[in-house]
Amino acid sequence: MLEIENLHVQVGGKAILNGVDLKVEAGEVAAIMGPNGSGKSTLSYVVAGREDYTVTQGEVRLDGDNILELEPNERAAKGLFLAFQYPLEIPGVATMTFFKAAMNAQRKHRGEPELDMPDFLRRVRAAAKQLGIEQEMLKRPLNVGFSGGEKKRMEILQMALLEPRCAILDETDSGLDIDALRIVAKGVNALRAKDRAFLVITHYQRLLDHIVPDTVHVMSGGRIVRSGGPELAKELEARGYRGYAEERTTDEIASAGAK
Amino acid sequence: MNAQITPLRTPAEARLIDQFRASKAALPGNAAVALRREEAFATFAAGGLPTRRVEAWHYTDLRALMREARPWAPPPDASTVAAVRAQLDAEGPSDSVRLVIIDGVFVPEASDLDRLPAGVQVSSLAAALAEGRAAVVQHLAGPEIAQGDMAFALNAAFMRDGVVVEVAPHTDVRALVRIVNHRTATTATASAARALVLVGASATVTIIEEHVGEAGEPTQTNDALQFTLGDRARVEHVSIQRLPPGALCIATVTADLGARATFNSFAFSVGASVARRQLFVRCGGHAKTALGGVSLLNARQHGDTTLVVDHTAPAGESRERFKHIIDDEAVGIFQGKVIVRRGAQKTDGGMKSNALLLSEAAAMNNRPELEIFADDVICGHGATCGALDDNQLFYLMARGLPRQEAEALLLEAFAGEALDQVADEGLREVLMRHVREWLAARAASLPQSGFEPVGPAERGIIGNRDRTEA
Repeated sequence: MLEIENLHVQVGGKAILNGVDLKVEAGEVAAIMGPNGSGKSTLSYVVAGREDYTVTQGEVRLDGDNILELEPNERAAKGLFLAFQYPLEIPGVATMTFFKAAMNAQRKHRGEPELDMPDFLRRVRAAAKQLGIEQEMLKRPLNVGFSGGEKKRMEILQMALLEPRCAILDETDSGLDIDALRIVAKGVNALRAKDRAFLVITHYQRLLDHIVPDTVHVMSGGRIVRSGGPELAKELEARGYRGYAEERTTDEIASAGAK
Repeated sequence: MNAQITPLRTPAEARLIDQFRASKAALPGNAAVALRREEAFATFAAGGLPTRRVEAWHYTDLRALMREARPWAPPPDASTVAAVRAQLDAEGPSDSVRLVIIDGVFVPEASDLDRLPAGVQVSSLAAALAEGRAAVVQHLAGPEIAQGDMAFALNAAFMRDGVVVEVAPHTDVRALVRIVNHRTATTATASAARALVLVGASATVTIIEEHVGEAGEPTQTNDALQFTLGDRARVEHVSIQRLPPGALCIATVTADLGARATFNSFAFSVGASVARRQLFVRCGGHAKTALGGVSLLNARQHGDTTLVVDHTAPAGESRERFKHIIDDEAVGIFQGKVIVRRGAQKTDGGMKSNALLLSEAAAMNNRPELEIFADDVICGHGATCGALDDNQLFYLMARGLPRQEAEALLLEAFAGEALDQVADEGLREVLMRHVREWLAARAASLPQSGFEPVGPAERGIIGNRDRTEA
């Protein structure tokens, strides 16, 4: 479903991704783990279409189509969803207004009819209930004044409402206590489906105890350096990233030497 | 040795001098008013139209912006009155009471004089000046901080008519009182109206001041609205300026607040090519004022809000919150000065200006100023100026909103936060609709791919613009 091929990305002239190759199939939950600065978040932003990145080589395909030329909203309409590591506060924008605008914008882009109000409200209520989100929270401006845990739950709520084909979770566990982590993981697990792919980006194995992945990839120095099953996460938890971090240093020396 | 300086007159200044000579005998007022007019005109004649060298007019060089002084508009004829009246009637029934001024002349037959709320009296300013009514004449000078301002002085010299609204003490006026300043534009004319709102002790009233007009020839408007609030009186004032492109509009608001009085004033400004709004507010002891506004500027519009709040007695509270959305090559200006006099201890002042610039060529000038002569006060100010937040935009787009829709949502939110200062819900909705119309027009003028907007220079503008200041 999601295919990343030989992806090279620069930010401000500095190479961050150096040939990422990754495939996530429909129904699969893939985890990307790696040390800080390995390029995990950059990968999620580039796939979602953030502007400040320059793709120098490679392709990102969703259902076979290269999406790198598409605007972020076009990618979203094709079924891509990014749960942000740091969800933005948007003062003055009512949460429900935004939900409705987002859902209808995607539907419109796909040529589907807009949701009517009762249908919309029913969907929001059901999804909010499952994630333990109070109606009161939905009456506030989007994410304004929310705790870290509340913001992450709102991300999962949006994911549930938008029903993406491929969801990227960028360090969704960061800033969560264990109870919040369980709620978020439960929300994600409820959305696991045959025709949906997940890419779960995390620094810690902890999240993967709750969202058990099918595959685990280790990222370091801007590329995938190792892939395996869930057992790889356990191994990383035991050994740490030290071996991989060194490899990155070696890379940097190599690239510095090439200049 | 005194050097005699004879300033060179611009054609506009020379014309104003001729106009005053020719028309002063016919302008309404008894001897005392005529003397005030002479004094006011002398203030103007001494300095001429303000230039950038006049601090308060630094960003709005009126001498450059007003190349010509237009002839004074004739009183509206019957067909004009009928047309304006029909247009206002078409807005449908409402619980507001309207007072209509066309081209600077109060028009009773288009106004709701037959259904004024209890405790509210209205008369034409011309009549009050002719009678030399003391209660009116004594308020014409306004607070000390307004005296010496050129535009206010010009209005004092030339004011032809307007309204006097008196609210009896202890009256709670529920109906909104609208003062509609309508400008015709079949010929390029000037007008100067003045309204006085005299609010008795412990009375409450909401005044809506509108500056509207038809598209056509470039008009010049120099209006003034003066509030006098008795002790514990409360005024909610909302100003709506939607003049067509080409118009030059100067609107002065003065407010003199008695002890424990409250004056809240909000301005929505979207029209005219050159709009200068100035507020002069004097706070008595424990008086409170909240001044706010949102300006939407595009093409080559020039929008200036300049205010002075003068705390002359202890424990006053003032808040200023102004927002600008500036597109194309438009220029926004916010100058706010808060004065705390010796003895005005425990004054609490806070000023904030936020601007969003939507194009490379858009500009915003912020100048906050505090003059504090007391030692136990809390006063602060802050200003921000920048583009829409890329992170917020990306967040909204990543959820499926097309760029324009995401931008519109953020802009609407930005303006909406300012509109929250308007107490009346119905009015807030009307203003929100104007914001949405402005955003929709902006979206329609943008190509889908998000290139720079086309054709801003084709929209109207007065005179040659001098916009080198940053």
